[in-house]
Amino acid sequence: MSKPPELVTGDLEAPDAAAQEAPAAGTKGAVSERRRVHDVWLSGTEAPRDLGPFTDEGAQEMLADESEEILAGQLGTVIEDDYDGSGPADDELQIINMGPQHPATHGVLRLHLELDGETIRRVKPIIGYLHTGMEKTAETLTFMQGPTNVTRMDYLSPFHNELCFSLAVERLLEVEIPPRAEAIRVLMSELNRVASHLLWSATTGFDIGALSMMIYGWRERESLLEFFEKTTGLRMNHNYIRPGGVAADLPEGWQQDVRAIIETVESGLADYETLLLANPIFLDRTKGVGILTADECLAYGVTGPVARASGIEYDVRRAFPYSGFEQYEFEVPTTENGDVFDRFIVRFEEMRQSLRIVEQVMETIPAGDYRTEDRKVTPPPRARIDESMEALIHHFKIFTEGFKVPAGETYQAVESARGELGMYLVSDGGPKPWRLHVRGPSFASVQALPMMLTGSLIADTIAALASADPVMGDVDR
Amino acid sequence: MARASGPSNIVTGVLDKAVNWARTRSMWPASFGLACCAIEMMATGAAHNDLARFGMEVFRASPRQADLMIVAGRVSQKMAPVLRQVYDQMADPKWVISMGACASSGGMFNNYALVQGVDQVVPVDIYVPGCPPGPQSLMHGILSLHEGIRVGEIVR
Amino acid sequence: MSRSVPAGLEVAASAFDGARFEEVHGDAVVRIDRAEVTGFMAAVRDAGYEMFIDLCAVDYLSRDPRFEVAINVVSVSPNRRLRVLVGIPGDDPVVPSISGVYPGANFYEREAFDLFGVRFQGHPDLTRILLPDEWEGYPLRKDSPVGSVPVQFKEANKAT
Repeated sequence: MSKPPELVTGDLEAPDAAAQEAPAAGTKGAVSERRRVHDVWLSGTEAPRDLGPFTDEGAQEMLADESEEILAGQLGTVIEDDYDGSGPADDELQIINMGPQHPATHGVLRLHLELDGETIRRVKPIIGYLHTGMEKTAETLTFMQGPTNVTRMDYLSPFHNELCFSLAVERLLEVEIPPRAEAIRVLMSELNRVASHLLWSATTGFDIGALSMMIYGWRERESLLEFFEKTTGLRMNHNYIRPGGVAADLPEGWQQDVRAIIETVESGLADYETLLLANPIFLDRTKGVGILTADECLAYGVTGPVARASGIEYDVRRAFPYSGFEQYEFEVPTTENGDVFDRFIVRFEEMRQSLRIVEQVMETIPAGDYRTEDRKVTPPPRARIDESMEALIHHFKIFTEGFKVPAGETYQAVESARGELGMYLVSDGGPKPWRLHVRGPSFASVQALPMMLTGSLIADTIAALASADPVMGDVDR
Repeated sequence: MARASGPSNIVTGVLDKAVNWARTRSMWPASFGLACCAIEMMATGAAHNDLARFGMEVFRASPRQADLMIVAGRVSQKMAPVLRQVYDQMADPKWVISMGACASSGGMFNNYALVQGVDQVVPVDIYVPGCPPGPQSLMHGILSLHEGIRVGEIVR
Repeated sequence: MSRSVPAGLEVAASAFDGARFEEVHGDAVVRIDRAEVTGFMAAVRDAGYEMFIDLCAVDYLSRDPRFEVAINVVSVSPNRRLRVLVGIPGDDPVVPSISGVYPGANFYEREAFDLFGVRFQGHPDLTRILLPDEWEGYPLRKDSPVGSVPVQFKEANKAT
């Protein structure tokens, strides 16, 4: 073979050194020679040849054909290295870092994936990229200001956060909440569950490849967010459910709005099921993927739709009822397989059950106060401030100093859209919490990710991660 | 709005205007959604408030293919180097919108864990207030950025 | 043992003399000594409280013991909750890890270590989880400041 072509490889001495050597045929060439032939990846191999047996590793095996050495030498395609296709040694596993900024729409989660080809051997989730110090901030805010902080933790179910905090405070205060306030709380939190699941199905569908799901899910969600804005003043992070009741009564004509929402979402759900659940690509990507067994769910504390998809019938609304949930009839959907497809089924059915609860609330909601009468806890109506000195003083005290909560500790849990959301609240008798710890359901789901992913293929990572529905605000707080 | 002084030459002046016009017409955002603001950013891209009419519905995952970084959400101390790295990977010309109170100033979380304003890490062109800013606010911020570029006030 | 031992835990209660059961705002609470926590949690798990829910630390600053670790577990059928409180002295904040009993405690113990500096003996990977690895200090302790920066208003600085 004549002088090798002038290629710029890393080793600039390569062309000269290689010029003196015979072509690689038969020679265990120098490193430079090997690099040269690797760099010259000719497509001239389309000459018809008997390729013989070749492995998944493909081309390198094809070209290491002994009998064609001279031809291969002329083409410059002999590969003389020590690769023999027998699989990676332990130090040859490939580590891929996914995130914290990544295309999947699930927040700033970082995954270290140790790969053997396309199979995942180990997963290490690295969190903390959204750590906001909310538990420390909670110690500097009064109990009345608490919901503003807490509502931003799991930012897809803000009402559930506020409800959990308010219930914990009310437990320590030992104050009764009027039934209308409880019904309003149930209404808003069930609508929130629907909104959260809609967003989940939109983003998970988008991640799996059903791009139109993104548009449909957000479209349905807009009608819910409009209602939230009408009632609470904000589309998200409402600060509406406060210790003592809710911040304001439902607006005029809310029944028509809610009925329209129910109709819109029901027809949307029918559309999504047609779009997704019989689609063979979708079934391939979701059936048997990301399986979490019931024992693993219990050991890792995974609750919510993920646990119910694995067969564990645990729903805080049923197990430890709060806010009057025991008076509403609803089912807790549970399936057996614990894969991504089952989680879709469970969440779609949960949306329907939530709408069922909303209908019952609409029919049975009592008239009355939307917050407790205890003026030491909830501020007096604005009109009363002009009339009564006492009302003025109460208003002043509540908004500047804050009401005092008796010393003690309690753990209160609600069923958020992601699972059991709990708050461990410790009070020292002052106007601010001594310690507020939030048990976020996504924290446990992220911890269980290695169980879901080990042994599966890298392409299933996104589907499994999305189906666990982690919200990083909940994980990192 | 004060106009930045443009070139005195008619040829490059018209060319500058054309380039600025083109830059605003399909400015692709890099997906840098961090927290609650990311949800409202996605809502801005969804059907109700459509970013596609401005050519911006493609949220590029790779920063190398993006022009605009919308920092949507609270930036923690752990995330700040990542943010800077993503910003550095974007090709010029690039712009930054700081979306929401937490990105603009630390928001309601004035504590140890957050960078108090993302302008401590990257240069910011537009600040969008709100917690979270609704899609209309974000849209107003984006259109202000477009206007600023087109007029020549924001020069990169 | 008092009458507030929850049903199902009689065996565990009799095996661990130092366990003090009480009822707080309707919750079943038990206080246990830190040396016995691993054995007690194993007994609790075997008694049916299979689902691990939460583990967190609290800093009571002026109380002795200074720290307290609160472990929440749930029995799925029948539905019962249990809270286990372990007191830990401030000058020696070490407690045995329960991640061998409940694997889900792994991340929670790392978080308690990260934010409070409570060390869990026997934990497979006790490193920082929420804060950057090189962070110094334990921010959620009561003697650590919130870390707020002074907020300046432009009008106030007009003179300067």
